[in-house]
Formats: sequence, C-alpha cells, structure tokens
Amino acid sequence: MYYTVLELTQENVEGGRNLKNAKGKFVDLDTKKLDREKIDELDEYIDSLEDQKGSLIHILHKGQSLFGYLPENLQIYISRKIDIPAAKVNGVVSFYSFFTQEPRGKHTISICMGTACFVNGSDKIFNELKRELNVENNKMTEDGLFTLKDIRCVGACGLAPVVMVDDQVYGHVKVSDVSEIIKKYREED
Amino acid sequence: MSNYKAHIMICSGTSCKASESENILEAFREEIEGHDGKFKVLKTGCFGFCAQGPIVKIYPDNVYYVKVKPEDVKEIVEKHLIKGEKVERLLYEDPKDRVKLVVHDEMEFYQKQYRIALRNCGFINPENIEEYIAFSGYEALGKVLTEMTPQDVVKIVKDSGLRGRGGGGFLTGLKWELAMKSPGTEKYIICNADEGDPGAFMDRSILEGDPHSVLEAMAIGGYAIGANKGIFYIRAEYPLAIERLKIAIRQAENEGLLGKNIFNSGFDFTIEIKLGAGAFVCGEETALIHSMEGLRGEPTKKPPFPSESGYKGMPTSVNNVETYANICPIILKGSKWFSSIGAENSKGTKVFALAGKVNNVGLVEVPMGTTLREIIFEIGGGITDGKKFKAVQTGGPSGGVITEADLDTPIDYESLKAIGSMMGSGGMIVMDEDNDMVEIAKFYLDFTQDESCGKCTPCRIGTKRMYEILERLTNLEGDMDDLQKLKDLGNMIKDTALCGLGQTAPNPVLSTMRYFPQEYEAYAKREKTKSYRIDAEKCIGCTACIRVCPVNCITGKVKEAHIIDESACIACGACFTACKFGAIIKP
Ligand SMILES: Cc1cc2nc3c(=O)[nH]c(=O)nc-3n(C[C@H](O)[C@H](O)[C@H](O)COP(=O)(O)O)c2cc1C
Ligand code: SF4
Ligand code: SF4
Ligand code: SF4
Ligand code: FES
Repeated sequence: MYYTVLELTQENVEGGRNLKNAKGKFVDLDTKKLDREKIDELDEYIDSLEDQKGSLIHILHKGQSLFGYLPENLQIYISRKIDIPAAKVNGVVSFYSFFTQEPRGKHTISICMGTACFVNGSDKIFNELKRELNVENNKMTEDGLFTLKDIRCVGACGLAPVVMVDDQVYGHVKVSDVSEIIKKYREED
Repeated sequence: MSNYKAHIMICSGTSCKASESENILEAFREEIEGHDGKFKVLKTGCFGFCAQGPIVKIYPDNVYYVKVKPEDVKEIVEKHLIKGEKVERLLYEDPKDRVKLVVHDEMEFYQKQYRIALRNCGFINPENIEEYIAFSGYEALGKVLTEMTPQDVVKIVKDSGLRGRGGGGFLTGLKWELAMKSPGTEKYIICNADEGDPGAFMDRSILEGDPHSVLEAMAIGGYAIGANKGIFYIRAEYPLAIERLKIAIRQAENEGLLGKNIFNSGFDFTIEIKLGAGAFVCGEETALIHSMEGLRGEPTKKPPFPSESGYKGMPTSVNNVETYANICPIILKGSKWFSSIGAENSKGTKVFALAGKVNNVGLVEVPMGTTLREIIFEIGGGITDGKKFKAVQTGGPSGGVITEADLDTPIDYESLKAIGSMMGSGGMIVMDEDNDMVEIAKFYLDFTQDESCGKCTPCRIGTKRMYEILERLTNLEGDMDDLQKLKDLGNMIKDTALCGLGQTAPNPVLSTMRYFPQEYEAYAKREKTKSYRIDAEKCIGCTACIRVCPVNCITGKVKEAHIIDESACIACGACFTACKFGAIIKP
C-alpha cells in the first residue's frame, strides 16, 4: 500500500491540516519504496549514535550521502525512526543549503559564486552554463546528465573563476570554455 | 627528520590540490622508488602563495619551486635530488627585476609577513603528530596542565591583548574569564570553523595545514574555563579539513594528549566534530549552538550570552579557529611578547585571504597596523594585468569598500570601522577599474538576503526590498528616488535587525553608495548601457570576436568594422577578452 500526501511544508503539516488551505504539490511518502540496503546502513548509523535527536543534521548528511538526495519519504522515515515531527525534519532540511530534496544528475556542475570568482566574472560563466545546459540553478537537465549548482568559495581563489564538475576543478574558466567542458562529459556517455 | 637526505614537501591545500598536486605527489613517489629511502615525500598544508601553485619545496636546501606540473617531477628528481643542481626554470621569478629567487624569504610576498597563526603551515606534515611535536607541539598544553592554574591561563591570554579573529574582536581572555566564572555542572568549549564569508579560506587553511595547533589550544581553553568537552563546528563543504581533523584527534588520543588524565594532571578532555550544512548565519554563535543541537540555525537574542547559557544551556565559550591558533605561542612566549607585536588596541597579527584582481592571490599574515597599500601592492604584487586599483572590500558581506584615498589606513579593528568597513574574519577582495560597484553591492546583498534565516522582519523583508531596488536600478528601470529609499532602508535594517547578519547586511550597499555615488546615479538616470559595442575606428575586422560570441550577435565581413546587435548581446564579455585591438567598448 502506498499513499500520497501534500508537500511537507511547515504550514501544511502544522497549520494546514485542512486540505483546502494546503499549498504545493502531492508527493510520495511511501517509505517502503526506499532501497532496503541503504536503509539498513542508515539504521545502523542511527543506532550507533548516543544522542539521536541532537544529531539530526549528521543523520541527514548520512542519508544524503547514501541516497544522493533527501526525498520526502526518506525524511518521513527518519522522522519516525528518531521520533521527531516530520515538519521539523523538513524545516531543518530546507534551512541548510547543503541538503537537497531533488534528485541529482549524473554529474554535478558547480560554479563558484564566491566573491573572488564573482569579481573575476563568474556570473557571466554562470549565465553561459545556464544557457548551454538549458537549465536553472539547482535543477537537473532533462537528460538527467547534469545538475547545475552555485557554490560559495571552494578555496581555490587563485584559480578564479572556478567551475567544478563533480570533484574535478577547472580554473581560470572563460565564457568560451564552457561548451568545451560540457562536451567532454556529454561525449563520455 | 635527519635520516633522510632530502624532503620533498608538496602543498596539499585546496587550491594546489585543485591544480593537480595529488598527481605531482604520485609522480614523486614513483620517481624516488629505488633510491633506498634517501628521499621522502610529504604533504603539507597551504604555503599561502596560491597564485604560484602547485608549490613544491625541497628540504634541507630550502628551494622553492612554483607552478610545478606532474611532468616536471622527473627533472626535479634527476637534476636536483641526484645531481644537486637547481631546476632554474621552475624557480620563482621576481616580477620587478626578473631575477630568479630560490628561497621563499627573498620573495616580496613573504618579506612583510609575520607568521604566528600560520607558523607551521607548509612546514610540517599535518597528518603526522610527531612533526607537530617536533615544532614545540603540545608543550604549551603540558606547561598549562603542570604549572598553571586556570586563572593563570586566563590572565596571560587577557594580558596578551588577543582579540577574537572571527569578526567581533572581543577580548579572548575576557570571554574565557566570563565562562570560567559562570556556574555550571558541565561546560563546553567550541571551535567555530563555519567560515561563511564567500571568498575567504583562512580558517580552512589553518585546519588543513596545522590541525593540532587548534586542538591543543582548545584543550588549554577547556582547562581555563573548566570544560571537559570540546566541540568543533565545521562546514561540511570542507572535506579535506574534516579528514585532517579526524586524523589529528585520533593521533592525539593515541598519544594520551586528549582523553583522560592528560599529563597526569587529572584533567580530562575530549573533542567531538559536528558538521554544519551550509548556512552563513550558523557562524553566528547563538545560531551555531542551535545548529549543533540539531535544529535550524536561527540566532537568539543576547543576553544571555553563551558564556552564561550556551550549548545545552551550559556555560560555553565559542572561539574562532585563528584565535585558537594564536594561543600556544602566547602560552610559550608570554603575553609581553605578543602584545609587543601589532598596533595600539589590536595586538598580534591577522591572516587575510587576499583574492580578486591582485597578482599574488593567497594567504597572508601580517602584524596589525600594516597598511592596506603594503598588503595589496607589496605583498600582493599589485593589480592583475596592470589595471588600475579601484577598491578593496574587507569584512566580506558584512563589510564595506575602501578606496585609494584610504589605502594608507593601518589595519586594526577601530581604524577599519572608522572608514566604513570592518576587520571581519579576513576576507580581502581587491577590485579593479573594470568592476561595477553597483553589481558588487548587489552580489553581496543577494548573498545576505539568501542567507537570512527569516526570523525577524527587518532582515527578511528589508534586504529583499533593497535587492529589488538594486535589480530595478541595474535593469535601468529605477530613478533617483530609489537611491534615497535604499539609504533609508539600509539604515533602518542596521538599527532593527536581531543578529549580526541583518545588522551588517546593508553595509556593502551603503559604503559603495558613499564612495561611488556617480555609479549609482548613472543607473538611476539610466545613462548606463547594458550591452557591449564596437568602436568602428579601432576595429580591423579580424573576426576574433565573432568566433567567441556565444549568442552569435556579432556580424561583419573580414577586414571591415564589425557590429554587435545590442538587443541580443548578453554582456558576457567574451568579445572584450578576445579583441586584441581594444575595439570593444564595455558598457
Ligand atoms: C552572520 C554572522 C556570521 C558569522 N560567521 C562566523 C564565522 O564563520 N566564523 C567565526 O569564527 N565567527 C563568525 N561569526 C562571529 C561569531 O558569532 C563569534 O563572535 C565568534 O565565533 C567568536 O569567536 P572569536 O571571539 O574567537 O572571534 C559570525 C557572526 C555573525 C553575526
Ligand atoms: S537579522 Fe536576519 S539572520 Fe539575523 S535573526 Fe534576523 S532574519 Fe535571521
Ligand atoms: S558581450 Fe558576449 S554576447 Fe555580447 S557581443 Fe560580446 S561576446 Fe557577444
Ligand atoms: S576582435 Fe576586435 S578588431 Fe577583431 S573584429 Fe572583433 S572588434 Fe574588430
Ligand atoms: S571565490 Fe571562488 S574559489 Fe574562492
């Protein structure tokens, strides 16, 4: 059996129990659909913690590293497991930019929007990436190949402006380099 | 270290790692195989001179090679290590007289620096506790636990005049005294390694290059305030620093330098790591404590200060990474030594992450009182591509711009405040004549309004309104009234926001408005153009620009003046860089 409920926002879960007032899309909350093996590993991690409620952020880090992102049903699973209201779990997930609730593409393209990169024109690279990939920030391309993401200072300011594809760093990137970089990964597939 | 004939030290800070230092390390390992262990390859933390990375240093000869590539490794081994000759072409060349320099002390980049917090960075292998111990490591902790009372520790730190390096500039000794005197069954000492300023990497480099210096200082602080538990709050985006910290904690525990009954003194101290998850406001100490408890990182009103009621409601001292990195030298060399360095009310040194349009991008540590001009033009080697200096921003998104007129201001907490900026945590971004100050202000505000936790209205709504006005202006849809509105809103937010994020968020806008009013007016009067254009007089029709334009909005025949379709131009600037004849006009 599985069921769908409205998006897990604070308003929906706390205030908007009246479905007429609730906003947002319907989402799948069936925790049984989660990969069993990964859940076992997550359980093992959670069980090893002394202060489970106080370690929510660590649990979410672990969850995201296992699943790649934090889908709503995983948030529900965690909330039941450590006995914290789901709305609160979602409140934490949505507060921190490191956590993502959407699936990731095969490659993550990160553009550094730290100040050193910005004064060296990273906004122009960012626009070019959006154009070339035809995708908005924090979204996945239609073919599931790339997710575009802006990040703050990767600590390689000497190479500004910096683009990262997964763990590979590209320094001193020019607008005209963008299509080359993307092409490389497209061709690999 | 003496069993080896030579040590090869490779920078493995984030910036050098990004430019292949791992491969260089591998190449060295392969090349030196079969030399009976005469040479040893070591990973070190950041040497600071990131612009010249990856950097390789050879000890004991003390030779400093720059911009090394994996394919250079064979030559270094065969020529330098075996034959004892230097590889000239990989030496640093003084940009002024083109003389090749061998040792780092001769370089202008290092000459004006004075390293206390960065003392070990680049000199020791951060993953090996023995090397740290060889450089007086854990001596200060030994001295504190066997010869000093907590009161003595507080006194020496207070007398040194050390002020918090995380931005606030509060006297560290005084903070410890308050926490020491607060009653509580349990107390906590926290290291703030959230480093949220986008474009700053001082704390990360210290943790990557010398993690033990911070652990040792936390134990000393714990002893002073009466805490048996230290907690590291570090951003998840710093995987290398986290890894090195974990290694360091494990090693210290194995050596009995952390754990129970350290140095037989009866003092127990353990350290735990908590990860942040990317929220600038979590660097604020009350928000940080909430985040450590697993909650949303929202600040709360002070008082109560953490020193009275912090983590789990217990007395807590939150100190910054760089602040800790100063503690051990103060204990070993004394408060007089420390207070003899620096300026009147700002003692010691400060580490800056120098970046932007400056030649020698990197980490610099200078005595307080050094002028901005010395940092940018002497240590920093001036502006890239011979462009003109326009402004420098200190204090990150909470600070303001400083112009040519104030470049001789000595760096200390009060002087920087007096000219509308602040010390901040150490980000220092240099801007040249090409940078648009309104765009810079918009960039910072975009950051702060995005990072606002939303708890109080002036910050949540106010910064959004300010951002909208800036959008309107840069889209050439604003007018002169908007400038006054910006100012009023900015001042209102400064006065009414709950935490430091909101209280300082308007600073970049207010300070750029103060120093560059004409740039704001150009937008307000809609005199600014948005697209690039071509000067038909200068254009020789080489077609270079056509080939780089990503939206194909340039047309023209070979050897005839080209034209940009201004309605289609996305102002990417690619044509400007491509044109060798100065024919492209910037907006
Ligand atoms: C919005 C905001 C962000 C901050 N970010 C940091 C930070 O990243 N690192 C830091 O050490 N202090 C940061 N602080 C300052 C801390 O609140 C606190 O004053 C500091 O950690 C105390 O350490 P110190 O006395 O050694 O400087 C921030 C403050 C505010 C208001
Ligand atoms: S000033 Fe901004 S960041 Fe600080 S508490 Fe208010 S809304 Fe949150
Ligand atoms: S700025 Fe970019 S888009 Fe505009 S003409 Fe030049 S290359 Fe083309
Ligand atoms: S690159 Fe410069 S000179 Fe060449 S066609 Fe373009 S504008 Fe003219
Ligand atoms: S600002 Fe981009 S690497 Fe630092």
